[in-house]
Amino acid sequence: MSSLSNFKKSALILLLASSIAACGDNDNNDSIEDQEPVVIVEPEPVVYEFTITFSNLTAGQPLSPLSVIAFDETPPWKFGETASVGLEMIAESGANEEYLSDENALASVSAEGGIGPGETTSVTLLVDAQDVLNLSFAAMLGNTNDAFTGLSSVDVSTLEVGSSISRTTPVYDAGTEANTETADTVPGPAAGGEGFNEIRDDIADIITMHPGVVSNQDGLSNSALGAEHKFDNPVSKIVITRTQ
Amino acid sequence: MKASAFTVATLLAVASQSTLAAELEVEITNLTKGLSFTPVLITAHDSEDKLFEVATEASAALQAMAEGGDISALVTQASASSSDIAENPAAGLLAPAASATAELTTTDGNEYLSVAAMLLPTNDGFVGLDSWKVPTEAGTYTVYLNGYDAGTEANNELVVEGSGAPGVLGIPAAPGGQAGTNGTGITTGDTNTMVHIHPGALGDDDLEGGNSDLNNTVHRWLNPVAKLTVTVK
Repeated sequence: MSSLSNFKKSALILLLASSIAACGDNDNNDSIEDQEPVVIVEPEPVVYEFTITFSNLTAGQPLSPLSVIAFDETPPWKFGETASVGLEMIAESGANEEYLSDENALASVSAEGGIGPGETTSVTLLVDAQDVLNLSFAAMLGNTNDAFTGLSSVDVSTLEVGSSISRTTPVYDAGTEANTETADTVPGPAAGGEGFNEIRDDIADIITMHPGVVSNQDGLSNSALGAEHKFDNPVSKIVITRTQ
Repeated sequence: MKASAFTVATLLAVASQSTLAAELEVEITNLTKGLSFTPVLITAHDSEDKLFEVATEASAALQAMAEGGDISALVTQASASSSDIAENPAAGLLAPAASATAELTTTDGNEYLSVAAMLLPTNDGFVGLDSWKVPTEAGTYTVYLNGYDAGTEANNELVVEGSGAPGVLGIPAAPGGQAGTNGTGITTGDTNTMVHIHPGALGDDDLEGGNSDLNNTVHRWLNPVAKLTVTVK
């Protein structure tokens, strides 16, 4: 016991000594900087550019065009909360026009098109520099009632040019439509049914994690889906690179 | 010297951290779509006094929790082994997408965190965390938890009143009212009688009959089933 605490003490003194030394270095740097001539320049707006790649990791779920929203404080959607109409539209139909006009968005962009299983798409977002800058992502799993994937909030405030953040994403349930999986209600190529419908008839009108699809091969006789439409987490990979 | 006074103060601070209590805030979030967690038990313990261990037989106390949501025997066991305990932070059921937060002060030597709560409706499914080493560095840490099967009861998926008692076959209740009745039963045996990863519920689409009383569009889940956010102060 005592030898351990002695070890800790000596290690700490070493640490402390090095941190004091580091402080000294900083002081020197500061004084050098102080001596530099001060040049006043007009403040130019700094624009950040992010290039985002989005890969579909599912077996048989097309993903709708990826929506990217930049924001400072209020994300366009949040786990456990009620989905906005914009998010409901994405989750039920893949259409993202309403969603991208989010009032708290500093900038927003949509990928050009949806991606099939195994495909990767890329999209670029330009946004004025902010002290606090977050990105949010959403895309529908096409062969479902109201499943979507994405990331609610990724802090990119301190991401440096040339650096990347890589994440995989789970499946969420928008909570806006019951998961009947019927041909009438699934808009994707497996069924060709209805997309957005303003009626909210899910078991709870909140965003939860998705329980997965059942399919007609696993006990849901009215399902338009088969085994190939099943999925497990994660379903996509998102890589954010600051390119400017 | 200026540094020496500073050194002593810092040493005292570090010494108290390593020998006295750690202050934790533990938030648990239900990541299922249609299952509730029964009263959640969170313990900090030494390397021995865990709540459960995979690939070993469930204790009677774990069985009571997994089959009926009763954590009292686990609490008694944890108290006897000087674990630090946070009991039932949700004050009842923790609904899908809901969170509950517990404050936990750990004593010296209790450097592991474990969690257990029954997944309802299931026969003997539970959300669990076994012996996560609590970091010594202050900060916020995220841990994702899987769904386990206690291996003590066949997953027949039939809702039977009174079946929360250990050894009584059935699911004691289905919060949310989405379950059916009159199922014939999915299975009569448990193929793995050790604690294992839950294979998931099957359910069916027949509320008045079929094999299962569970609803296959509501009562299934994917892992992870819970998120634990641990703040070390």
